[in-house]
Amino acid sequence: MASFPPSPSRRVDKMVEELMVWVLRAGGWASVLVTFGIVVTLVKESWPFFEAVPFGRLLTDTMWTPLFSEPQYGIGALLAGTLVTTIVALLVAIPLGTILAIYLSEFADAKFRDWVKPMLELLSAVPTVVYGYFALLTLTPLLQKIYPDLSQFSMLSAGMIMGIMIVPYVTSLGEDSMRSVPMLLREGAYALGDGKLGVAVRVVFPGAFSGLAAAYVLAISRAVGETMIVAIAAGLQPRMTINPLESAATVTAFIVQVSLGDLPHGSIGYQSIFAAGAVLFLMTLGFNLAGHALRRRFHRAT
Amino acid sequence: MPCDGGSIVRPKSFYHAQEKRARHRRLIDRAFRWLGMILTVTTLGVLGVLLLNLAMNGLGRIDWNFLTSFPSRRAGEAGILSAWVGTLLLMVVTASAAIPFGVAAGIYLEEYAPKNRMTDFVEINISNLAGVPSILYGLMALGLFVYQFRFGQSLLAGGLALACLVLPIVIVATRESLRTIPSSIREAAFALGATRWQAVWHHLLPYSTGGISTGVILAMSRAIGESAPLITIGALTFIAFLPPAPLIAHAPFVSGEWLFSPFTALPIQMFNWVSRPGEEFQSNAAAAGLILMVITLSMNAAAILLRKRAQRNITW
Repeated sequence: MASFPPSPSRRVDKMVEELMVWVLRAGGWASVLVTFGIVVTLVKESWPFFEAVPFGRLLTDTMWTPLFSEPQYGIGALLAGTLVTTIVALLVAIPLGTILAIYLSEFADAKFRDWVKPMLELLSAVPTVVYGYFALLTLTPLLQKIYPDLSQFSMLSAGMIMGIMIVPYVTSLGEDSMRSVPMLLREGAYALGDGKLGVAVRVVFPGAFSGLAAAYVLAISRAVGETMIVAIAAGLQPRMTINPLESAATVTAFIVQVSLGDLPHGSIGYQSIFAAGAVLFLMTLGFNLAGHALRRRFHRAT
Repeated sequence: MPCDGGSIVRPKSFYHAQEKRARHRRLIDRAFRWLGMILTVTTLGVLGVLLLNLAMNGLGRIDWNFLTSFPSRRAGEAGILSAWVGTLLLMVVTASAAIPFGVAAGIYLEEYAPKNRMTDFVEINISNLAGVPSILYGLMALGLFVYQFRFGQSLLAGGLALACLVLPIVIVATRESLRTIPSSIREAAFALGATRWQAVWHHLLPYSTGGISTGVILAMSRAIGESAPLITIGALTFIAFLPPAPLIAHAPFVSGEWLFSPFTALPIQMFNWVSRPGEEFQSNAAAAGLILMVITLSMNAAAILLRKRAQRNITW
């Protein structure tokens, strides 16, 4: 077989190929660089804060007032706000999201589902500042008619709206994983005489559980990191309380509140928001990695 | 008539009990079907109530003056000129950073990357990045772009923060639309002597433009509504001027000065109005919110339609 010398245009092609590999790889690494940027910035800017504040005081102080002349560093006061709003949100999102997922995957007909799913996803596309407006100016006055002692800013109404926002995360991921449960399992259960709901609850739900668990964990991560709804509707005053009818600041709301003021580089306020950010990052990283692992396990199982 | 179970003779009551159970199950199923239907409609109803509420409180405020006035201490005279111009310019920065990097990363991971630990790491990293709270992007931008790179509290810093935030959306959309292209297309190109890049550029990218543009639209609609990262980098809420124009009268006719201008954006302006007491400011907030909702919802609707059309037109 005769061999031909590579044509000049072929050489150009090869050079372009080499070049593009590098360009594309750079794109891939850009995403790693972003993570790296977040971690390095959080560590670097919050370092002076954690160095100056004894670790014990983070846990034992009961108030979070790092900007006062006699500062208190009880980060529990911020975590309490995050915990309560997250729990309220999950109490809305997990039951509602799961029921919708079961309904859409097992009961609704395909046409209805194709129409409803994108509509539901619009709920998580609404700008969060709009949800904040809605929680503060519509839901809170409504709830005040039921609980007259609900304060103007309350973790209850912020959490409830946050729950509505994360319903699509639970439903969409949950429905996907329930639909990927093999039909054979359902047919087996039907053959034994179970009804539709029985099959959904006793066969499909357990079969899809790690997928659903991933959806729940990612929903928690969303709720912990949500900012504008709580900053607008739950109040900006850090308070060690677990009563959802009261107002309290979350970790994220604290960052917003400090950012709104004058914030010179290197001031204690500047350092404190990075410290709060570092805590937030660690929490959400934990949930995200757990969610990722669960989802992977689910994909391997089916 | 229930089957008689072969030679086993059962009392009549056995079949009665069985039929009763079956009726019971059908009843439960029907009840759940109603419950699911009602909850679906209620949940979607929240969206409707939200829109209706914004329209009732804000529609009256939207007029030409509202769109062409700067913010003001008097609620009746305030407008969103600097806010929508800011949002528009932010999107220019965000799109020009997020699209090339996101698409490149998607192509690399789907078409080039070897299956090894490094690639695994990059993938876990991207899925984690998609779950990082938006406010942390703001803190990164504050420490890195504003102070380290000395961009200041500018459109450039804000746009880049949003670009980092939506990067995972673009990457995932690119990967997913490349993945749906059958490998026979690639093999055909290689068989004719195409390099990998030629296969990507001439065949795979044209086939995946539908999917990628869907992702890009969703990414931009997410970025338009974000306020937390912009607040942390210090976007101002009271800006009564516009950034310098990108086109100038003398050579070289384009100017990048606007990139370093302080800015405000629609969601920031709305946040400012929500947190002020007084019904007049709240109706300003509703008006700004209505405009934001119309923009994001129509972008999402466009993305859904585009996805549906792209799916319909493909017949491999």
